[in-house]
Amino acid sequence: MHLTRLALTDFRSYTEADVPLKPGVTIFSGPNGEGKTNLVEAVGYAATMASHRAAQDAPLIRKGADQAIIRAAISTGVHDALVEIELNAGRANRVRLNRTPLTRPRDVLGVLRTVLFAPEDLALVKGDPGERRRFLDDLLVAMAPRYAAVRADYDRVVKQRTALLKSAGPKGGPKGNRQSREAVTATLDVWDAHLARAGAELLVAREHLVNSLRPHVERSYTAVAGGDRGPAAIAYRRSFGSPVDNFAATHGERVRAAARALREALLEVRASELDRGVCLAGPHRDELELSVRDLPARGYASHGESWSMALALRLASFDLLRAGREDPVLILDDVFAELDEGRRDRLAALVAAAEQVLVTAAVPDDIPRLLAGVHFKVSAGTLTEVPGAP
Amino acid sequence: MYEGVIQHLIDELGRLPGVGPKGAQRIAFHLLATDPDDVRRLAAALIEMTERVRFCKTCGNVAEAEQCRICLDTRRDPAVLCVVEEPKDIAAVEKIREFRGRYHVLGGAISPIDGIGPDDLRVRELMARLADGAVTELILATDPNLEGEATATYIARLVKPMGIRVTRPASGLPVGGDLEYADEVTLGRAFEGRRLLDV
Repeated sequence: MHLTRLALTDFRSYTEADVPLKPGVTIFSGPNGEGKTNLVEAVGYAATMASHRAAQDAPLIRKGADQAIIRAAISTGVHDALVEIELNAGRANRVRLNRTPLTRPRDVLGVLRTVLFAPEDLALVKGDPGERRRFLDDLLVAMAPRYAAVRADYDRVVKQRTALLKSAGPKGGPKGNRQSREAVTATLDVWDAHLARAGAELLVAREHLVNSLRPHVERSYTAVAGGDRGPAAIAYRRSFGSPVDNFAATHGERVRAAARALREALLEVRASELDRGVCLAGPHRDELELSVRDLPARGYASHGESWSMALALRLASFDLLRAGREDPVLILDDVFAELDEGRRDRLAALVAAAEQVLVTAAVPDDIPRLLAGVHFKVSAGTLTEVPGAP
Repeated sequence: MYEGVIQHLIDELGRLPGVGPKGAQRIAFHLLATDPDDVRRLAAALIEMTERVRFCKTCGNVAEAEQCRICLDTRRDPAVLCVVEEPKDIAAVEKIREFRGRYHVLGGAISPIDGIGPDDLRVRELMARLADGAVTELILATDPNLEGEATATYIARLVKPMGIRVTRPASGLPVGGDLEYADEVTLGRAFEGRRLLDV
């Protein structure tokens, strides 16, 4: 798939912008702080209903305006789609698909699919486990949008259960109410059952995803790092000691087995959970382990190796998302400046064949020649097309 | 901001559920333009409600006497008890016009985030009602969301040793709707609870 047009109103630094887009490579260049990343951030938002830079929507709305609008026209070769998102300050956002309002904004997930590379990706390797869990969950939702609901359900169970555990502690629950351990234990069983059910579904989906990603990560790592660097590997580690039941034949059986294991694990850690007031077992504490040359990437890998790993994860996502379907839109936000020349060229070679690639860079010379295409200069929120090759 | 009295009214209206600041303002100015007799009738109804409406000592439904009309109705089946979260849920179930049992209002659902545990609900009263063995079926009609499900599971576990049949209304497809419009959660539940077609 590819974008044919991106139009913004009061989004970040843009009062108004309207960019025609074509398949192939499009480059946005210009000094820092002029609005390059804002453009690709808007594309990412239209695909995932979230920004890769801001946790809340408020910073996305131009200062002084009370709503921002993103319009993205998409062509898949078979049909065209128009996604329109209205971000409202202090009110629910509204989404229209082909001019029809959607009652549930998350129904728009999957219409536009993107894979975004950004300087923030280094945190996938060097950051907290939460970054890697979010990477898996975001990819899961991009592959099968129904996981947005599974994830939301699980988050809610964890919140409720944590609040309950806290109410047995010295400070009490979120409303300052304190309960005896006996009273908490009486309802804890119920929340355990719900946490196990919702958690098992998320857990099994993540494990399946990691298994599918593994060969792609191994291949992409070698391709990016070059030569005989590597091998790189990924593994999913549950937060509770239970062997993965490889004999469970169907997805349903695996989910049921994981739910049983998770419930048992919760019973085992119950005493320390009550002491500490936190949920100690479940997919919210699992880890995606990354390793390079059989050593954990976090802490051991060099800066260059960490970058290769981050790129390998994104490239592997791209491979998975495009398998058997149209290509997602590939976005390279300011990544070339972070890489040495060898990695730049190898990355360029890997992505050049994608249906559509959007690239931002402060210095156009950082972009390998292989990625030639339409070139826009971005300056103070206005775009000017540069004639000829960059 | 408006002067004194009108702003005071807007503030009070704005505290009502489902009424925002703009809605409150609209209602206030509507009342201002309405015949004073109509407004007085509304005020009288509000005061009458606070003075006369009580909660049924048996089931927790709204009542004008010690017990509500459903609990006093001897034609109701004492063997079937339907547990709901709020009195308004009784009105919803009553619309079926086929349920002839009695009700029990919990006054909410278990939600640790809001500091609501079983002790804050009318669970103890429910257990006391079940103690005499007259009830043979308990229908747990709490909301089909996480908190409602958790509440239903909690009560089902408490009641289990008593040997009472515990049921929960089915979740699934809305009647008269199109399959394609059902969301994936509802559709998933509907598939889970599918039944044999009797032909």
